[in-house]
Amino acid sequence: MDEAVPVAVVGAGHCGLAMSACLRERGIEHVVLERGEVANSWRTERWDRLRLLTPNWLSRLPGQRYAGDDPDGFMTMAEIVGFIDGYARAIAAPVRTRTTVTKIERVAAGYRVATDAEALECRAVVLANGACGVPLVPACAAQVPARVETFTPLRYRNPEDLPPGGALVVGASATGLQLADEIHRSGRPVTLSVGEHVRMPRRYRGADIYRWMEELGLLDQRYDEVDDIVRARNVPSPQLIGTPEHQTLDLNALTAIGVKLVGRLGSIRDGKALFSGGLRNNCAMADLKLGRLLEQIDASIREQSREGDVEPSERFPRTTVDEAPALSVDLTDGAIRSIVWATGFRPDYSWLDVPVFDHKGRIKHDGGVVAAPGLYALGLTFLRRRKSSFIHGAEDDANDLADHLAAFLESTRSGPSKGTSQARSRAR
Amino acid sequence: MGTKAKGRTKKNSAKGATKKAARKAVKRRAKRKDGVIDNGVDVAALLAAREALTAAPEGARFKWKATCDWVNGTHSRSDVKGFFGLGADQKHRKRFSFETDHPEIFASADNGATPVELVLAGLAGCLTAGVASVAQRRNVQLNSVKATLEGSMDLQGILGIDGDVRNGFDDIVVSFEIDADASREDIEAIVAQSQKRSAVYDIITNPTNVAVVVK
Repeated sequence: MDEAVPVAVVGAGHCGLAMSACLRERGIEHVVLERGEVANSWRTERWDRLRLLTPNWLSRLPGQRYAGDDPDGFMTMAEIVGFIDGYARAIAAPVRTRTTVTKIERVAAGYRVATDAEALECRAVVLANGACGVPLVPACAAQVPARVETFTPLRYRNPEDLPPGGALVVGASATGLQLADEIHRSGRPVTLSVGEHVRMPRRYRGADIYRWMEELGLLDQRYDEVDDIVRARNVPSPQLIGTPEHQTLDLNALTAIGVKLVGRLGSIRDGKALFSGGLRNNCAMADLKLGRLLEQIDASIREQSREGDVEPSERFPRTTVDEAPALSVDLTDGAIRSIVWATGFRPDYSWLDVPVFDHKGRIKHDGGVVAAPGLYALGLTFLRRRKSSFIHGAEDDANDLADHLAAFLESTRSGPSKGTSQARSRAR
Repeated sequence: MGTKAKGRTKKNSAKGATKKAARKAVKRRAKRKDGVIDNGVDVAALLAAREALTAAPEGARFKWKATCDWVNGTHSRSDVKGFFGLGADQKHRKRFSFETDHPEIFASADNGATPVELVLAGLAGCLTAGVASVAQRRNVQLNSVKATLEGSMDLQGILGIDGDVRNGFDDIVVSFEIDADASREDIEAIVAQSQKRSAVYDIITNPTNVAVVVK
């Protein structure tokens, strides 16, 4: 006989715990299933030198604020693990650690959640197992010659993992830039393959870029307010790094230390990696987009007559692109010894046996309300708001979805026939 | 490959543009006195098509077709008429023919553009169509758009003189002169977006598998 629990939350990271707090507040009995320890991905799937991209003052969860003395600093992995772990204890979350979900399927009462321990029967399930469970690797990865070692960010820990010699880093989001920087500085000459990217200075006019984005309301922008949510969800993470020095890490900074920029990886043919000739346009687009963001910030400062209180406006040099960036790199001559795929992630729902996926394998949801009654997702890029994948984004999303979930439980208590649409409208 | 955008304000608009384009610009200005932005692009129809093909992705599978008959020497004639899309065979309004040949300095009869010039024409046509569409979508009135293209090529490649030299272009520069009621930055953003959405730009900048078979 399966154990009956009204709600199962999959994953005890910041999202799952935020949901746990919201459920408890509403008096909803639940368990949080965690395959490892609390904050498992932060403990086991991040590289050594990584720090959060968001400053400490933005690190908050329902009922918990950053209380340290460096609000503008950036947490190391050990610090964020401590922060989330402390939160789990503070809210006394009903976490079952070392419990791996192996299958979730529909049953009459809701969902059967099979784990490597006992199985549960739940009326609702919240998927909070992270947006970065599976590293995305382009199809052409299959053509990489055997002598070139390949890494994903989940496996990579530090440059010393890589063989000596040149490295090709594919992808120019925060991950790609950070890894390109530390690998190149380790004495392994880096070629960086750059597609569409988002350029941002760490600080602008005396404040962290996220301070301005928060003030402008950009982080709170809702998924049903943007023009094209599919596109918004596919925007790569901004080129940022969290360091004690508040360093800006952009393509120009990498070029300055000798990293070689090439276009987007198109294919690998006859042992050669072939790159797009469109690098210049991708850089131009990112420069223009950065210009528009800074203009927006400047305009807001002007409107509030705060010119005197902040540092003067500035513009950053355009991204420098070689006259003729390389269009191919030979992967057989020994110059490139490793490839790092910084080409994004997708969530791991391999155990979710419910027909809620679109033709591209993405989970179908409306702001986290998944296309199956009583099923919810949290923590995905731009799930409900631009901040949804940020630590502090969990709070509002979890509150909204907990409201929806509570209404769903309420409406289905007397029978499954009524109220789903009513429940659906609650979270709007 | 590079694209240089050149935005200009109304004041100096006629300076570099051809007389014909300038006349057209005057015409367009007169036409849109009522304040309606009109670049001749039906954005509503494009957006409707985008929505329809999002819902029915199989309809988005197109096949573009061309036939080519050898005439004589380096002279050939290519025709396009039919294509496949939206789940069915489709037709152009009429058959379009393109003569290709080599110039007289190659001891040819110069009955048409060289094939590589047609490639430049294809790129220009694609990017310019994109500029018009994106501008329409962004409510920017275009008064004139002129693209000038240069593709550099070292003939030591196709002549087999130096194996290290590639056959194709080693560099393409597209220069746009755009007179529009918009800031230079907005014009640059339109040109950038046009490249992002251009089929021919993608074909030229990225590798493509090509199968050439003999029936």
